[in-house]
Parts: sequence; structure tokens; C-alpha cells
Amino acid sequence: MVKDTGSAIQEVTRSVHNDDIGEATRLELYRSQVIIREAEQRAYDLFLQNLVKGTSHLSLGQEAIAAGFATAMKPGDLSFCTYRGHAHTLARGVPVEKVLGELMQRDNGLMRGKGGSMHLTSEEHGVMGSYAIIGAHLPIACGAALRAQYKGHDDVSVCFFGDGTTNIGAFHEALNFAVIWKLPVVFVCENNHYMEYTAIHEVTAVKHPAADRAPAYGLDGIVVDGNDADIVYRTAQTAYAKARAGGGPSLIECLTYRHSGHSRADPGKYRPEGELERWKERDPVKIYRERLAQFGISEAAVTAIDTEVRKMVDDATQACIKAPPPPEDILFTDVYADGGWAWRN
Amino acid sequence: MAELTYREAVARGIAQEMARDPDVIFFGEDVAKAGGVFKATVGLYEQFGPKRVRDTPISEQAIMGAAMGAAMTGLKPIAEIMFSDFFAVCFDYIANEFPKGRYMSNGQTKCPLVVRTGNGAGSRFGAQHSQSVENWCMMVPGLKVVAPSTPRDVIGLMAAAVRDPDPVIFFEHKSLYAVKGEVPDGEIVDTLGSAKVVRPGTDATVLALALMVPRALAAAEKLAAAHGIQVEVVDVRSLVPLDMQTILGSVGRTHRLFTVEENPRLCGWGAEIVSIVADEAFYDLDGPPVRITTPHIPLPAADNLEDIALPTVERIAQTIRRALEA
Ligand SMILES: Cc1ncc(C[n+]2csc(CCOP(=O)(O)OP(=O)(O)O)c2C)c(N)n1
Ligand SMILES: [Mg+2]
Repeated sequence: MVKDTGSAIQEVTRSVHNDDIGEATRLELYRSQVIIREAEQRAYDLFLQNLVKGTSHLSLGQEAIAAGFATAMKPGDLSFCTYRGHAHTLARGVPVEKVLGELMQRDNGLMRGKGGSMHLTSEEHGVMGSYAIIGAHLPIACGAALRAQYKGHDDVSVCFFGDGTTNIGAFHEALNFAVIWKLPVVFVCENNHYMEYTAIHEVTAVKHPAADRAPAYGLDGIVVDGNDADIVYRTAQTAYAKARAGGGPSLIECLTYRHSGHSRADPGKYRPEGELERWKERDPVKIYRERLAQFGISEAAVTAIDTEVRKMVDDATQACIKAPPPPEDILFTDVYADGGWAWRN
Repeated sequence: MAELTYREAVARGIAQEMARDPDVIFFGEDVAKAGGVFKATVGLYEQFGPKRVRDTPISEQAIMGAAMGAAMTGLKPIAEIMFSDFFAVCFDYIANEFPKGRYMSNGQTKCPLVVRTGNGAGSRFGAQHSQSVENWCMMVPGLKVVAPSTPRDVIGLMAAAVRDPDPVIFFEHKSLYAVKGEVPDGEIVDTLGSAKVVRPGTDATVLALALMVPRALAAAEKLAAAHGIQVEVVDVRSLVPLDMQTILGSVGRTHRLFTVEENPRLCGWGAEIVSIVADEAFYDLDGPPVRITTPHIPLPAADNLEDIALPTVERIAQTIRRALEA
């Protein structure tokens, strides 16, 4: 059964009277979204200047999901991301410079240019990799959760993916696997309504690509407003608590929309006229600014975050522009655990 | 010293490592309560219990992915893929996931796991359950690949694979499961990347792997008895890392090179070794290197057809004799 949680308005009314989030967390949620917004916008600008090479997949418009799920995590919880993973990486606290540096393929990048935009990884922040083969990381997240269960650790593995990913086999294998072994894993479908250039409803048997499949695995079908960070945050808390308590996995479908094209070269022409504009009215950052005002959080506090983040992104950009490309010797490092690449004696 | 079958050696090798290290877990289809479709893991479930020895659904991607996630975060999983032919449905993990994470993350992540699988022909199972696919794995940078030919090596290389910090693909030959061999008592630990001269000889070097090792040995005895030809048989054992020192050393003594490969012709492991020898030891050779392989065809089911497809003792002996006499 699919539970549509309804409009953000109802949710806000409920929370004004019974606020369980609080000002400090709200500012954290806001700051996280602004960092993603500014860094992603900057990545796009740098791409136009030919300073971001290769490809990149932005999360502009999808910030609330990354912010909500990451803010609800504890240190030690693990994130498994896709090629659209800058947002989730930033949301775990990885410095903007490291992310932009990797997108620009500089030596100061998170992986010194060896991974690139689609493979952001920061083990110390719990970002256990960004995977560019659709669906591959859902089983991997199951394995990390199996380790937590086996060792009696209380961390949760959180796996982010798109609507299009629900049509690949690994999605279904992983859900069944997680349920039969009651693994502490949370599957988060960011339904931005498109795979690459094809609308998801044109290629999917059900209306809700993730949630409508959930009952087949004995899970609740959960659909939430992915553009409202409060809703996302609460949903995440519930799912994490269930996982930590031994209640097994959750599958959550977050409705959202990407403001940019699929990847850097895509102008998004396949989208019907007016659709982007309608979703921009529901821009997560805008919604959240209004939310903060509703809760009486001062404009000064909000502006201070905006200013601080903009400076951070500017400084990061400058540092990346100055940073050298990676040295050639790292071409041959870390193929094997001995640090090298030798396959023979 | 005990006499064990190759299949019993699999279970003993896994048990040895599970008893040593509580972070070793083992899972796959029908491996726990049923003891595996080839009965190679009988007794492990009873010995180590349901937490450490687990039956999975028929989900090769989930098996491989879960092994990887567990390995990345601190366990030492052994995963079984029942038939190596099924690597094709979970090849993403072999080609893109296990071997790339460490490199892409600039050394941040690890993947210390073992995938063991039933490989090779001889069971009359036809084209989708009989292949020798070591080369599917050998070609991927970041993996290690071993294929033992004796019960003793099964245990020793299993231990080495489990203790190795990199992803290791462990090929067990289905037609060797019933073969018996002497196995010393106590812990056995081998090293990856070491080939073994299993029969010394002076006239030619014959490289073989897995089921082709006993066949190469039988051919060597035949050549010695009938023609007085003494070939040196080298069990390659480990394709990655590849022990080129042992191979080049042998070629340096015998001046002739033959490979005996169960895989179809194109891009078999022998092609790579022959190219290295041509490159580095060309002037050691007194004649062209010769590859003895399965022809470049899918494998048939019928016993008479399968028998003539694989390199037979007869074909190996004949090919070597003709080449040496030419
Ligand atoms: C196995 C596989 N098939 C196809 C692709 C090419 N591809 C990259 S992204 C993408 C769309 C994925 O859509 P979705 O899961 O909705 O994620 P989104 O990009 O919308 O975040 C496709 C088809 C791929 N990377 N991997
Ligand atoms: Mg999508």
C-alpha cells in the first residue's frame, strides 16, 4: 500500500504545534542545502568555463533529500551514492574544495583525480563510494549492513539511487536480500521523474517506481515530498530507528525534480513546457527559507549562512584553480593493497 | 598425512580459515544446509552455524555485491557462485566493482574477499555449465585469480586467498572434485603467485592449469615411456599474480614452450604467457611456442563430443611429440 504523505502544508501545520526538529537542526538542514546548491551551481559555472572536465551530474533541485538523510545520520553511518553523488558527499561534511577539486581533476581533489565526478568517496566521512553502474551499490550496501548486523555494530547503511534504478535487476535482488536477512539498510529512491532523457512513467509498469514495488518485498510503500527537508529528515529518522532496532530495511521514495539536465551536456529539452517552472515553485531551498521564517528564525541567521557558504565556495574555487593536476606517478598506485599494480614477478 | 578428495579439501580449507578468523563468513546458493550442489561445503553449516554459513536466494548480483560491502567494511567474506558460467550475470562486480574501488578512491577503500566457483568441463552439462572462464577474470586489473589442481593446493591457496587483502577469484574444477590426494595434517598456507614445477624435465616446458595439470602429467609419462621425451610440467596455479620467474626459468632450461588450456582458443591465459615469453625469452626458444586448447567453439553436451573438444592426454602428447620432432 502506498502512503502518500500529502502536501508539505499539512506537514508544516503539524510541526508548528509539535516541533520535534528545533532551531539548531533546522539551521543545519538549511546550511547543508545551501552548500549543495552553491557548490553544484559553481560546478556548473566551472563546466561552462571548461574547468570541470569529464562529466558531472548535478543535484540542483534535489538538495533536501541529501540534506535530510545526512543530517539525520550519526557519525559512522554509511552513505552509498550514485554518480549523482556530489550532494550526498557534501551533506556528510566533505569539504567543498575536495569535491570541486575532484570535479576539476586536480591534485587537491577527494581522490586526487583518480575517480572523478562520478565516484566521490570519503571513507572518513562514511561516504563509501559513488557508483556509476546503475543498481550496483544496492547489494553493496546490503553487505555493509550485513557486517553491522554480524558484528553487532549499530550503524545504518543508506543507499541513494534514482527512479530509473528501480527497473534494473540488482534493485530487486537487493530488496529481497535485505528483507530476508533483516539488514539495517535504508534504500532511498530519489524520484526526479526521469531516467536520463526518458520520463520514468513511460518505461515503468507502476506509478510509483519504488514504493509500488515495496509490497512485493513485504515492505511498506512510502512516498514522501522530497523537496521538504523537514519531511525527509523525519522520514530518515524513522527508518534509521527501525534499522537500528533490528527491524530491517526500509524503502523510501522521495518525489523531486532536477533543475538541470541529466548530465553536464544535457539541456533537458525533452521536458514538457512549464514543468521545470512548476517544480521551481517548489524549490527545496526556497521552501526551507520560508520554513525558517515560519518558525521565527531570524533573517540574520539565514543571511549569515548564505554569506558564509558563498565565501566557502569562492575560496574552494580559488584553491582548486590554483591546484596542480595530479602527479603522473599516481597512475600506478593503489591497484592492489600493496599500493602498487604488479600482476607478475 | 591424510588422503582427501578435492571436494573435501574445499571444506577443510574454508573451515581452517573460519576457525582462525571470526571475520570470515561464507554464503552462496545451497551452500549451507545442503552442503553445496557439488557437496564441497558439507559440514561447514554444522560446524560454524547459521550466522557464518548462509544460504542465499538465487541472486548472483546480491551475493557478489553483499560480499563486497561486507569486505569493504571489515569482514572477510567467501562467496560461492555455483557455476563460473554464472559470472556473466554478475560480471559488473568482477569487472567494475571489486577491482576498481581502491584505485578510484585513491586507496581509501578495500575489498578483501574470495569468490569461489565451480569451473570447467567434463560433466556433460553443455555450453552454459561447463566453461573455463579464468580468462574472463585474468584480464581485469585489480583482481587476483587462482585455480588449484590438487587437494593440497585447494587448502593452501584457499588460505592464501582468504588472507589476501585483495579480491581473489578462486576457480575449483568440477571434474577434480572427486580426485584424491595426500594432504598434510595441520594448517596449510600457500602463497598466491607461485607456480609449481610438478614434473621436472629437460626437453620442453608444458604449462597447465587445474584439470589440465593431471592430463599434462599423464601425457608427460606417455612421452617418456614411448619416446624417451622428458617434458617439464609446470602447474601455473595462479594467473594473477603470475609467476613468470618460474615459467621463464623453466623455458630457459628446456628451450621449448607448450601451454595446455581448457578454455576456447582466443585470449586464453596461455596466449598472454606465450607473448611474454616471446618478448622476454625469445632467444631461449629453439622452436615456436605451441598452445594446446579447446577449439574456439561452445562446449557440446554429448560425452563423445565433449571428450574430443578438450585437450586429451593423447592430443597433448601427440602435439608435443610432433612439434619437438618437426
Ligand atoms: C547499468 C547501467 N545502465 C545504463 C547506464 C547509463 N545511465 C547513467 S544514468 C542513467 C539514468 C539513471 O536514472 P535514475 O536512476 O532515475 O537516476 P538519476 O540520473 O535520475 O538520478 C542511465 C541510464 C548506467 N550508468 N548503468
Ligand atoms: Mg531519475
